[in-house]
Amino acid sequence: MAAEPRPVTWPDEIYDAFKKLDIRQVAYVPDAGHTRLISACEADKEMQVISCTTEEEGVAMLAGTWLGGERGALLMQSSGVGNTINLLSISLECRMPLVMVVTMRGEWGEFNPWQLPMGQKAGAVLEEMQVIVYRVEKAEEIGPTTYAAALMAFNTGRPVAVLIAQCVIGFKDWSK
Amino acid sequence: MSSGHMDRRDVARKLLAARGEALIVTGLGSTCYDAGAIADHPLTFAFWGGMGAAAMAGLGLALAQKKRPVLVWTGDGEMLMGLGALATLGTQAPPNLSIVVIDNELYSETGMQKTHTARGLDLAGMAKAAGFERTATIRSEAELDEWIPKLYKPEGAAFVAIKVNDARYPLTLKIRDGSLLKNRFREALLGSKALE
Repeated sequence: MAAEPRPVTWPDEIYDAFKKLDIRQVAYVPDAGHTRLISACEADKEMQVISCTTEEEGVAMLAGTWLGGERGALLMQSSGVGNTINLLSISLECRMPLVMVVTMRGEWGEFNPWQLPMGQKAGAVLEEMQVIVYRVEKAEEIGPTTYAAALMAFNTGRPVAVLIAQCVIGFKDWSK
Repeated sequence: MSSGHMDRRDVARKLLAARGEALIVTGLGSTCYDAGAIADHPLTFAFWGGMGAAAMAGLGLALAQKKRPVLVWTGDGEMLMGLGALATLGTQAPPNLSIVVIDNELYSETGMQKTHTARGLDLAGMAKAAGFERTATIRSEAELDEWIPKLYKPEGAAFVAIKVNDARYPLTLKIRDGSLLKNRFREALLGSKALE
């Protein structure tokens, strides 16, 4: 008999980390992997949740968030990483914190070949841009890693990205 | 050639004279220099890069500081690069946010090439369609004088395109270090806890 699948709790653990960090503004470009976290943030009256047309908008918005004395985070999928690159100069030049939580595509049982270029290189591109990258492949490490990464970003004024591996999120199996 | 007749520095002087408690974000290029040359201020944060970022930075600031008027002051080229932001801003429409586009219809930093506003693109019309409650294209001093006080009143998200001529002025930035600008702004706004 197959073991019971472990219940999925990591989106709630990211939300709990956001609460502990006093994150008040959450910008996102939707990804299926972030559905539950986005819903949790939207249900929280202390959080302002902003749907963006492109990831660049979220990076820019969070600069204003920090100037205004609040903390924020940006949720996106790996294909959106490329859209942020030039605006990373804001965090780098101004030493402003930037917290990105990225759900990965294009790396584990992916069915859409268009996801592979950014999916395979999102981490390398971010690191090349001096973003501090935390790649997480175990569900139980996502919450603590997000907390530690964001805490460091806010305390030191650096850009950080938590990449949540596609093997944690799962994939659509089109062979069935 | 621009279709506008007003001088950008005259517009800047009037805008800044009325700022009161407002928090100001400028976009890269000439609006940075206008801000630096006319009246540098701790509560003016000048993006000297990150083209397309100014309007959305204004949103994050306006959401964090709901009791303060927030003015984004940028150029037509900079606004055009972040046009999707109009959609996001229009749906959020924070009442304390005003976007002011100094529209000379040119990329004046890069060789005076035309922007789409020279070809008839109506930025204020796009902002209105996106959901901004108060919008205008301003061409005369009388219209400018009427609008400036409104831009600092939190009575609904505002977007104005102010048509100016093609005059260029020297690069004038009092502070070039982005980190210093950020710390200066946060300390002036938040006090000593900003630097903890």
